[in-house]
Amino acid sequence: MELNIIWFGLIGVLLTGYAILDGFDLGVGALHLLTKTDEERRITLNSIGPVWDGNEVWLVTGGGALFAAFPDVYATVFSGFYTAFMLLLFVLIFRAVAIEFRSKQESPRWRSAWDKAFSVSSIIIALLMGTALGNIIAGIPLGHDKEFAGTFIGLLNPYSLLIGITTVALFMMHGAIYLVMKTEGALQEKARSWVNNTIIFFVICFVTSTMTTLIYYPSMAAHFKEYPYLFLIAILNMLAIANIPREIHKGREFRAFISSASSIALLLVLFAIGIFPNIVASVPNPENSLTVYNAASSQKTLMVMLIIAIIGMPFVVAYTYIIHKVYKGKVKLDETSY
Amino acid sequence: MDTELLSRIQFAFTIAFHYIYPPLSIGLGVLLVVMEGMYIKTKQKIYENITRFWIKIFSLIFAMGVATGIVMEFEFGTNWATYSRFVGDVFGSALAAEGVFAFFLESGFLAILVFGWKRVSPKMHFFSTIMVSFGSMLSAVWIVVANSWQQTPAGYHLQNNNGVMRAEITNFWGMVFNPSSVDRLLHTLSGAWLAGAFLVLSVSAFYILKNRHVDFGKKSMKIALSLAVFASLFQLFTGHQSAVGISKTQPAKLAAFEGHYETKSAPLYLFGWVNDSEQKVNFGIAVPGMLSYLVYGDVQTPLKGLNEFKPEDRPPVNIVFQSYHLMVAIGMTIIGLSLLSLALLRKERLFKSKLMMKILVVSVLLPQAANQLGWISAEVGRQPWIVYNLLRTKDAFSKSVTSGEVLFSLILFTIIYALLFVLFLFLLDRKIKHGPEESSDSDSVYSEQRLIFEKNK
Repeated sequence: MELNIIWFGLIGVLLTGYAILDGFDLGVGALHLLTKTDEERRITLNSIGPVWDGNEVWLVTGGGALFAAFPDVYATVFSGFYTAFMLLLFVLIFRAVAIEFRSKQESPRWRSAWDKAFSVSSIIIALLMGTALGNIIAGIPLGHDKEFAGTFIGLLNPYSLLIGITTVALFMMHGAIYLVMKTEGALQEKARSWVNNTIIFFVICFVTSTMTTLIYYPSMAAHFKEYPYLFLIAILNMLAIANIPREIHKGREFRAFISSASSIALLLVLFAIGIFPNIVASVPNPENSLTVYNAASSQKTLMVMLIIAIIGMPFVVAYTYIIHKVYKGKVKLDETSY
Repeated sequence: MDTELLSRIQFAFTIAFHYIYPPLSIGLGVLLVVMEGMYIKTKQKIYENITRFWIKIFSLIFAMGVATGIVMEFEFGTNWATYSRFVGDVFGSALAAEGVFAFFLESGFLAILVFGWKRVSPKMHFFSTIMVSFGSMLSAVWIVVANSWQQTPAGYHLQNNNGVMRAEITNFWGMVFNPSSVDRLLHTLSGAWLAGAFLVLSVSAFYILKNRHVDFGKKSMKIALSLAVFASLFQLFTGHQSAVGISKTQPAKLAAFEGHYETKSAPLYLFGWVNDSEQKVNFGIAVPGMLSYLVYGDVQTPLKGLNEFKPEDRPPVNIVFQSYHLMVAIGMTIIGLSLLSLALLRKERLFKSKLMMKILVVSVLLPQAANQLGWISAEVGRQPWIVYNLLRTKDAFSKSVTSGEVLFSLILFTIIYALLFVLFLFLLDRKIKHGPEESSDSDSVYSEQRLIFEKNK
């Protein structure tokens, strides 16, 4: 297989890893204000306490890999979405501050202010990322020099915002399932009810955005028409979503979590197949689109990086596994907790 | 103001703020390995208290480093898109290696370091400490390699990519071991060790002065002092190596360090003020021929002056001169302080000297200042190039970004970094005032947990 396609896939893997991992901690953040007592809030916060930082590393690495493998995409998208990315950075920092500082003072006002900051920033991050994804599906105006030729307001179009809201719903569902897995007693019961509500929220958003995509951006379906067996992925995705309430009902939270993680991964696979071979489609001048071929680094660099990735990734999987194994089970607060 | 200038200000501001933290994590990481190693070896409760206290400080600093570090990675693309297109092929593999090898290692094991004291065995915890420390140094390796490549590009060729020139890698190891990588890496790392060592010295001296946690303070101080003595002397050596390297690879920068215009035997200034229009150093005191001696081992050998370079190829001389000389002066002060403290310690007078303790409390700022000044002289000294002799800074910024947008983000960063810094100092102060847990062997895990739980109700 060509190196360009391998790297398109690997960046997809990194971003999928990010979406699955930071997805649940952003989701937990989005649900955070639904808990009322301080103890419950500390438990939800500490359910992601040891891992949220590591989860964000997937974003950093995904960004680094994009820079390395497709420098033109990195340069065009990051400078083109300037204001959006600056807001994203601002909110990412703000959220980290909120997590770190929330439990450092006893005062209820202090804690409640940081709780709100944590929750709202989690929602905004998910919304911004989904909106960015929406713009990639819809295509953005690119000049002949590969530079972005649109405006920030243009990025906030209804379709992209719909994808943004769908992402928020997806992460809320994913986070709710994670909370069922990490909590017990009354809080767990609450989390179960959130799973039910967020699934409904997500399915409504998902159906709406799928219809909208097929109506307005039929090119996303082109590869599926050409290779009908790709529909299996879409069917698998449906099954994964349908499996969630079943597993929750039977009390098998871990399987429910795996189902929602699979659904995130499959959605991103559908997205990747839809846009391929473009990474950033240019609308209205398709000849300026950035593809896996014209935006990539040299074959030499792609090869060197593939070797780095092959050496490094087993370690990454091993650490991720060890950490989640050490922190398996229900949240217990102790003196190292937030 | 134009987009280029605003982007430069923003990058300088965000990188300077970011660079407060990584050196502290690297230095403190090394000390944590020693501290916890002592605990594993002696099994004394005091070393457990020392390790656990410094882990708390470490986690705060680390969080600051991560939060401000993501910004740096984004800014290459957001503000320096043209630069990113030019260097992506070369620079990218170093960044990717940093992500895959270093970031995951650090952040993964950090979770065990901070939250895992009761969840894993002491040996596993010690292993995590070593991994976090190793990971933080590994990320320094890749980021300094990438920066060194900008100073002394190697292992690449220029290639036309769809009508735009860019650097493409031809030899990965040639890129990694470019002429300045090793010198600059060692210089950066020893600066980081000093930052960590002086933080520990400062806090320990504070406790000794206040007559609180005295045993804790003395033991922490001894560990940190050994690193300070070693790193400060090593810094002198790596600094010298770097300067010799620069004389070959970036002569305009070395000439700017010393305000040296004519190609002739070069003096070494202790201080001075460069008048660029008259091409001389005012109010200066210098050792004649000393720079030539340090670089070539001979006072007579002429050193290339700034006049050999076209005016548009010269860095702003006085900024480079001042930052460089201040860095050297602070470096010498650090060596003096470290050796003096060691001498006093051996005569058993260190902890009794109130003056020395007071000096050490404030000296935490010295390595921080020297690190910042060193980077200013290195980066401003590279100007007008963003990639030395290949790409000018004025050609490297993002074309699709307006100055209004950068002004907006610069204001945003100023606000959030001010907030972040206040909260950092506030929390650091609280942790230090709270101090380490005093030894009490009767505490069981269970009663501790209940106490904490009640405290946090």
